[in-house]
Amino acid sequence: MNKVKELPGEAIVEAAQTPSIKNSFLAYMQRVRGGDMGALPAVLGLVVLCAVFAVARPSFVTAINFANLFTQGAAITLIAMGLVFVLLLGEIDLSAGFASGVCAAVLAVTLTELGLPWYVCMLAAILTGVVIGTVLGTLVAKVGIPSFVVTLAAFLAFQGLVLVLVDEGTNISIRDSVVVAIANKNLPPWLGWVLYAVCVAVFAVVQLRRARTRTKRGLTADPLSLIAFRVGMLALFAGLAVAALNLERSRNPALVSLTGVPIVVPIILALLVFWTVVLRRTSFGRHLYAVGGNAEAARRAGIPVDRIKISAFVICSSMAAIGGIVAASRASSVDPNTGGSSVLLYAVGAAVIGGTSLFGGKGRVLDAVLGGAVVAVIENGMGLMGYGSSVKYLVTGSVLLLAAGVDALARKRASAAGLR
Amino acid sequence: MTPLLEVRGIDKSFGPVKVLHEVEFAAYAGQVTALVGDNGAGKSTLVKCIGGIHPIDAGQMLFDGKEVQINSPRDAAELGIEIVYQDLALCDNLDIVQNMFLGRERKNGILLDEDTMEELAERTLSDLSVRTVKSIRQQVSSLSGGQRQTVAIAKAVLWNSKVVILDEPTAALGVAQTAQVLELVRRLADTGLAVVLISHNMNDVFAVSDRIAALYLGRMAAQVKTADVTHAQVVELITSGRSGDLGLKNGVTS
Repeated sequence: MNKVKELPGEAIVEAAQTPSIKNSFLAYMQRVRGGDMGALPAVLGLVVLCAVFAVARPSFVTAINFANLFTQGAAITLIAMGLVFVLLLGEIDLSAGFASGVCAAVLAVTLTELGLPWYVCMLAAILTGVVIGTVLGTLVAKVGIPSFVVTLAAFLAFQGLVLVLVDEGTNISIRDSVVVAIANKNLPPWLGWVLYAVCVAVFAVVQLRRARTRTKRGLTADPLSLIAFRVGMLALFAGLAVAALNLERSRNPALVSLTGVPIVVPIILALLVFWTVVLRRTSFGRHLYAVGGNAEAARRAGIPVDRIKISAFVICSSMAAIGGIVAASRASSVDPNTGGSSVLLYAVGAAVIGGTSLFGGKGRVLDAVLGGAVVAVIENGMGLMGYGSSVKYLVTGSVLLLAAGVDALARKRASAAGLR
Repeated sequence: MTPLLEVRGIDKSFGPVKVLHEVEFAAYAGQVTALVGDNGAGKSTLVKCIGGIHPIDAGQMLFDGKEVQINSPRDAAELGIEIVYQDLALCDNLDIVQNMFLGRERKNGILLDEDTMEELAERTLSDLSVRTVKSIRQQVSSLSGGQRQTVAIAKAVLWNSKVVILDEPTAALGVAQTAQVLELVRRLADTGLAVVLISHNMNDVFAVSDRIAALYLGRMAAQVKTADVTHAQVVELITSGRSGDLGLKNGVTS
């Protein structure tokens, strides 16, 4: 009785796969076929949409439009990044759009009416987000109201709150140069390249160091060829993007020069790296996934489920606040519609299109960025095609439904393949 | 030989329903003690009392001969009592290592120390001679029922536990997987752990257990050595609380 018998039903003792580009690719294909498509739909969608718009409207591929894509999608991407945390728990925050509006209004009021310095105002806006998130999270986790209802109620209430803050519908314009710069100014071209070099170098060093320590400890590590491939891809695409953003895009370069990476891009990148580290490399992130995957298992493992839920809502609303600041900066003003109309659905759509599951337990912050890019391309391209709001709403609605459908079908398929 | 874990005279009621009546139970290091009983006999309640999930109304708990208070799952874990529940409590969306360390992650500063966790998980699994998983970095959702049970058990022994309680570990498994899990159960006891196996399946009980404790309507009908009883006697103890000289002397009316 002390030796493992080779049992016929369990003949899954396979030779350990030697890590290589080929095997990594095969494993990836296997996951995709099993229904775990990750970022594939978003990337494919991005390629197809860009190709279609580039053919239909040559102005889509101009330098100025390329830069526009980033500033156009920034606010929604930031809100979507926060939504990922709530979606990971299988909850939803329908109020994130108007929460960003409320926080933007707080920013505008403290800036203009109270005349406080920009950093105090931004802090006030983000703190407003923290408070909103704490209240929503407490209602969901402690009181036990379904998040759908809590945030739908907040969605309505926040519309009223924005109206109160901006005095029943006036438009508060923002003149503070720092706040306006976020979404309207660019880094000098050289700084763009320095940032690029630092990012690629840090990525390469982190990957190489991890592989080296793992090999030293006798664990399976990614092979050098795979790391070189990853670093190469990042260097190539990021390099192309920086080069394109550094092109002159002013109509009249003699009068005013317009080049460089929009300031909001490094902000999004920094938040992307920060939240990715939090989700992937800290026990808080691990517990968040655990609660989303199996809340009961998490509870039995001694994880404070309620506290994790509240923190997810706090992160979501705080990111919405940052999104609101960026939106206010881009418009250089705040009005009752800031964060309203389609912002929330675009943000949920961005997260879901990127591959975050509405059922919880699956998703990355990177998904929000990729999905945000898809949403920005749709919005921008449709605008260039000259379609009105009617068609834009119809198309975005369909894309959101499509993404949610892909998510649901992938989940079904995964359960059929025994992966879930 | 003093039992590693012993409970004396435990009472437990849920509202007006008295589920456990002065239950005595003992588990010994290096032995598999099977806890048997019909549905509703109080097996799960007894285990949850030992695990600190339900507070007991009356009675004593002794660990290694010393009286202890177990008021929460944390107290139980500190003593080295680990329970593997029927529904496993694994997170499908996490991999094997992540599940084994769930809630007790190793950290390096504020970041997770994945390499150390992977090494420890690997060592625990190989100590248990588990070689059926392709990679300990595969998601639990891709594992079979037997493999999941193995992971759940490995998770329980990772923490220098002294008592491992398994709630119907083979209930949902096929024949081959059942055999594999039972071997693992035997190996746990052979490494010196006190193993408590809750089971409905007499074949499983007789295959691995050293002792049998039979609950009948919330009372401990008998605690016997497996070698001293027959299949039929155990079935009688489960269904009527007595079997010849064994069992409840004054019936259930007391």
